[in-house]
Amino acid sequence: MEALLNQFSYGLFFWQLIILLIVIFILGKFAWKPIVNALEEREKGISDALASAEKAKLEMARLTNENEQLLKEAREERDAILKEAKVLKDKIVAEAKETAQAEGAKLIEAAKREIEDQKLKALAEVKNQVSTLSLEIARKVLTKEFEDQAKQEAYVADLLKDVKLN
Amino acid sequence: MVNLRRALLILAVLLFAVNPFTTRAEEAHGHGDAPKTEAEKVNEHIQHHLQDDHYFTLFKKGEEYVGFPLPVILIDNGLKVFSSGKFHEGNGVAEVDGQYYVNYHGKIYKTDANGSLTFDEHHHPTNAKPWDFSITKNVVGLMVATLLLFWGFTSLAKTYKKGSNNLPKGVGRVLEPLVLYVRDEMAIPNIGHRYKEFMPYLLSVFFLIFTLNLLGLTPIGFNVTGNISVTLCLALFTFIITNIKANKDYWKHIFWMPGVPVPFKFVLAPIEVLGMFTKPFSLMLRLFANITAGHSVVMGLIAIVYLFQRELTIPGSIGVSMLLTLVLFFLELLVAFLQAFIFTMLSSLFIGMAVEEHSHDHH
Repeated sequence: MEALLNQFSYGLFFWQLIILLIVIFILGKFAWKPIVNALEEREKGISDALASAEKAKLEMARLTNENEQLLKEAREERDAILKEAKVLKDKIVAEAKETAQAEGAKLIEAAKREIEDQKLKALAEVKNQVSTLSLEIARKVLTKEFEDQAKQEAYVADLLKDVKLN
Repeated sequence: MVNLRRALLILAVLLFAVNPFTTRAEEAHGHGDAPKTEAEKVNEHIQHHLQDDHYFTLFKKGEEYVGFPLPVILIDNGLKVFSSGKFHEGNGVAEVDGQYYVNYHGKIYKTDANGSLTFDEHHHPTNAKPWDFSITKNVVGLMVATLLLFWGFTSLAKTYKKGSNNLPKGVGRVLEPLVLYVRDEMAIPNIGHRYKEFMPYLLSVFFLIFTLNLLGLTPIGFNVTGNISVTLCLALFTFIITNIKANKDYWKHIFWMPGVPVPFKFVLAPIEVLGMFTKPFSLMLRLFANITAGHSVVMGLIAIVYLFQRELTIPGSIGVSMLLTLVLFFLELLVAFLQAFIFTMLSSLFIGMAVEEHSHDHH
């Protein structure tokens, strides 16, 4: 311990003090602080860059995902539209068929009725003609029959005879 | 509490570790009169190296230290500046403005024209000492380290001026990971989100100690972090910062420990107050002891070349010395980093304990 105390020198202590202060403060101003700040800044830059790269990666993945989703949705929508169109087409065709059938039936019905009408008319006409013709014939026959007076009287007598019998 | 116990334990271990070294140093002083053996010469040389010096020694030639003198700055009835070369002229007494000074074992004492010194029973001079603010060898080392730090880190800071994504080149490539290491391994885990305000101090201390430790391993032979004045100053900074920045919880845990019965609060308070001082004290001693021990052992192993020449022959002693020194040198490289790491780590731990925000219901 005594050797240690003996070795102690105020002068060296003084110079060490001065030099340590110079190193701390002057070198601090020109080197330590700029170096520490620059290192920190660089590290912050690196971690920021890494973070933003990570973010971009996530964003990219999200976009890809979204695109796929969109594509899938579009495909589904297309399929749905096509399906709907087919259904619609079938429906239209079916409806058209039905309408056409109904229309045709109606026409046929009308035609049948017309035919019946015409037939009835024609029959009525024929009946008329036949009756007129028959009457004419009958008149002519009767006229011919009753030209002779004697025959008329005989006939009447005959008829009268029948009445009496009744 | 765990931390306090750990600090005390480390302190005890360190005191035991330093003890043999200090007693040996005193023994060396005691045998000053007898003719020196080789071992004593080596010991003296190691002591000389470990001490601060007013003369920049590059190598020793015979009994003479070869190098260049450094400026001596004394405050003694006004400022006195002269070259330490004056101590090596004539009878070793430097005369400045009618005052006489002598350099005895690295310390400057006032003396008379003959350079006479009076000693007490411990062989310490009793002469008056002037205030000595000389640019000693260690101060030169500090300045070299500071210049290196300024060069390295202003160039690193400059690369970021072009934008924080501009990566450093050259020396900055080595320094940037170290800065990150200090921040991510020491400051943030210990201090938390307030780490930024302590970064200038932690970085300064880490790189100053690391650079000085590495400089100490060069053959120029600085021993700055192995000097108690330097480590005391560093530890004092940690102590001051810890206590200035400490929040209410920290003081409450020292003087009125929450969550224990009242009698224990009275027992714990003095222990915790002691802990406030033992923490920085352990910082001071740990760094000093590790570096001093490292330097002593390296120099001791180099001394094998002189001490075992007879037993191992000259090439043998050189080979053994080189091998052992090389192994230890790599260990010392690790220690240079490790001690800088531990000092900074513990400083940030102490600061973190002082600024930690306790939730009020965790006890």
